[in-house]
Amino acid sequence: MDATAPADTARNIAAFEAAVRTIVGPENVRAATNEDHIAGVQPQLVIAPGDEQQLARVLKAANDAALAVIPLGGGTKLAWGNPPLRAHIILSTARLNAIIEHAHSDLTVTVEAGCTLRQLAETLAKQNQRLALDGLWPERATVGGILSANDSGVLRLRFGSLRDLVIGATLALADGTLAKSGGKVVKNVAGYDLPKLATGAFGTLGVITQATFRLHPMPKESRTVSCVAADAREAQRLLLAIQDSKLAHSALQVRFVESMQPQVDVLFEATEAGCAAQAEQLKTILAPATIIDSGAEVWKGRQDVFSGGIRNLAEMGRSNAAPLHDPAGTSISNPSAIARVSVLPTQIAETYEALTESAQANRVHFGVVFLAIGLGTLCIAGAPADLASVLQNLRGKIEALGGSLAITHRPDAMRQLDAWGNAGDAIELMRAVKKQFDPKSTLNPGRFVGGI
Amino acid sequence: MNAAIAKQFRDIVGSRGLITSAEELRTYECDGLTNFRVMPLGVLLPENTAQVQAILKLCHAEKIPFVARGSGTGLSGGALPIENGIVIALTRMNRILEVDIPNARVVVEPGVVNLDVSAAVAPYGYFYAPDPSSQSVCSIGGNVAENSGGAHCLKYGFTTTHVLGLEVVLPDGSLVHLGGKSLDAPGYDLAGVFVGSEGTLGVATKIILRIVKQPECVQTLLAAFPSTNEAGAAVSGIIAAGMLPAAIEMMDNLAIQAAEAAVHANYPNCGALLLVELDGPFAEVESLMRHVDAICREHGASEIRVAQSETERALVWKGRKAAFAAMGRISPNYIVQDGVIPRTALPQVMSEIDRLSKETGVRVANVFHAGDGNLHPLVLYDRRIEGQEEAAEALSYKILEICIAAGGSITGEHGVGEDKKRAMSKMFSEPDLETMQRVRCAFDPLQLSNPDKIFPTPRLCGEKPGKFVQHELESAGIAERF
Repeated sequence: MDATAPADTARNIAAFEAAVRTIVGPENVRAATNEDHIAGVQPQLVIAPGDEQQLARVLKAANDAALAVIPLGGGTKLAWGNPPLRAHIILSTARLNAIIEHAHSDLTVTVEAGCTLRQLAETLAKQNQRLALDGLWPERATVGGILSANDSGVLRLRFGSLRDLVIGATLALADGTLAKSGGKVVKNVAGYDLPKLATGAFGTLGVITQATFRLHPMPKESRTVSCVAADAREAQRLLLAIQDSKLAHSALQVRFVESMQPQVDVLFEATEAGCAAQAEQLKTILAPATIIDSGAEVWKGRQDVFSGGIRNLAEMGRSNAAPLHDPAGTSISNPSAIARVSVLPTQIAETYEALTESAQANRVHFGVVFLAIGLGTLCIAGAPADLASVLQNLRGKIEALGGSLAITHRPDAMRQLDAWGNAGDAIELMRAVKKQFDPKSTLNPGRFVGGI
Repeated sequence: MNAAIAKQFRDIVGSRGLITSAEELRTYECDGLTNFRVMPLGVLLPENTAQVQAILKLCHAEKIPFVARGSGTGLSGGALPIENGIVIALTRMNRILEVDIPNARVVVEPGVVNLDVSAAVAPYGYFYAPDPSSQSVCSIGGNVAENSGGAHCLKYGFTTTHVLGLEVVLPDGSLVHLGGKSLDAPGYDLAGVFVGSEGTLGVATKIILRIVKQPECVQTLLAAFPSTNEAGAAVSGIIAAGMLPAAIEMMDNLAIQAAEAAVHANYPNCGALLLVELDGPFAEVESLMRHVDAICREHGASEIRVAQSETERALVWKGRKAAFAAMGRISPNYIVQDGVIPRTALPQVMSEIDRLSKETGVRVANVFHAGDGNLHPLVLYDRRIEGQEEAAEALSYKILEICIAAGGSITGEHGVGEDKKRAMSKMFSEPDLETMQRVRCAFDPLQLSNPDKIFPTPRLCGEKPGKFVQHELESAGIAERF
């Protein structure tokens, strides 16, 4: 699979290291340790450029030397995707972490890729604004990382995904080209929308060095209400009824855990009068189910799934039980797998029932949080072989419905299971795009769909 | 058109589907930007995806460039034909294929008119949000090509926000599906790149749209200000107060006069008019509208009206939406410009435009989507007076330079097309443009799909020279042209 023989690679790396030391300074180059492995593949060097020009030069040097590059932000989602075919260099954006411009009166921010979500949120909050996106691990996840992985949370229902929030980006391509596209204004149709192309591309087309986002004002008030549904069908009926109502809710999800009754959560963000009036209307829609004022912690459901807590998910909102796992931990020590699923809103119950059936047949524990727009995060725990059959079985069913299932975390024994599934008839076109941007497959080789 | 090629096209679309007579072709020689005109070799009117595929396969084999066209309302010359090429008019592919209310999706063919989507879902209490002023005639396919906006995109987003998936015929005639009915399909967001690519990446034959529930209540406030400065300050005040109205529109005195003359919208005669629309749950809109009213008064609004009925609201909007066409009432000719600036730069940019207008004696009326800084200066002139057209064009281009200098964009919703290719080099560097064209080379290595648009300098894609020269049949003297 490697483009060059091992001896050549070793020689290339030595020459490359000498060259990049002069580009970024020797203190910003270090040998990779076992801790730095990427899904079991051991890289050689970790390099942290100080600005985007340095980053582009390092990238070009690696490309010229036929060395594979793994871009790295906070490292929270490195387990996502397929293991790389090759991994020589880790290119860290840790030092590109400046907030370049928060144009608060224009509701935009331009920020470097290595800035963490939390750092960004704190800056924006000073002007009572936010990037309307509740990404995973905000204290460590970076702007570049969430863009590359297309992470999004419960606010997506109202504010859209990252592709709707990003309005400009600069990309460093494998050949060292630095290219900006989009702009600093919210409304702009000049040229191709490359910020969207880079969003969710898993760093396979270029390294995002900075991005501009549209912002939203912080809500004046927010209120979360929840209710318990009899079963999955009833939960779906409630979701669809709320979606079909005139309510202007910001988030709507359902939490399913094994055989427990599903719980539906609704978030209102409005003026005090707006929140109160809508909560009243919601009562009518949900009747005869009783609604309770639950806390904001129910919106951490997705994060809890990623933090390995099926039981967490079950207990949250129902008792004051402390989390059973370290919520900040990113490694899943017990054999469990996590996947992102996407179906139509009317297919949520059907998907859940298919999961239940397959999970019970394979003796695995399971839980899933579904947003009303059909995006779910599911966690299953059990023996790796059983997890694999559940995921394959479920993927088959979901793809037949026109949806998709992407595996994000899995035990080492399951690494051969494709993370992405079927990319459809556009896969050749995607390969052609990759070839144009990164003809030598320098960036994240093999990690994306169809072996890209 | 060469007879053998014409026969092959006729075999695909039937004789009703092929136009070659000079007289009929004239309808297609330009789009809404009428100062560019090119006669195509022929116009094809396919009725289904298979026909589009067959047409593009033939174009690919014969290296005939093509331009897809919807209703032809575009304002940047995006649907301007290419010499030696054909136009594919998608007006006959105008069926709404699927209305899926529970999932809030509608699947349409590209020739479906924008407003017809809203009409189809209105009985269920939904609407299709992107609302370009031409929405009663423009097509969804054209909206996809241009990533059309409209007055309400401040809150609801643009066409790209509402397109979830596409069936696309690539320039080699193959069929691909980008995105889909469910979200986050695996792979690159090629649907996101295709929307707004101005017909340069292929032809969309099916479009999956997201529809939106109609809000419980809509209120529109009209406020009269002494000048655009005060009105602009009020807009900033509204945004700073943490509100996101459905729309904020501004018109200056010249634009007000024109709109009044054209549709009698009953606008107050003032220096600048602000139109603020809030929508959402009743209690929410009520409480926010009081706040908007107070902010407008704080910034010197002399007269404030809230439309009291749906009829009044429609009339208020009618004046705004008719503003471009209304210019005919006050000037024989005009150029519609489409620049974007960070909203905070409005006073500075306005005074700059005003200064240039006075210096050159060219009148400029201003209509803006003020919430998102999208300016539509209307540069007025009289073609019959020598030198006026050139002066107007020069001023219009200068306005774009001002927008770029303010950190904005050369186009907010009309597209680059033929009109603004030159300005692209002012906004983007050579590597930026070269990188965008890598996408083009992946989709269309022969550069047959609406070539010569958007980019000032076409990039070579490796296999073939990028710029189309002359059709070989023509250079050999076999083919003839009208």
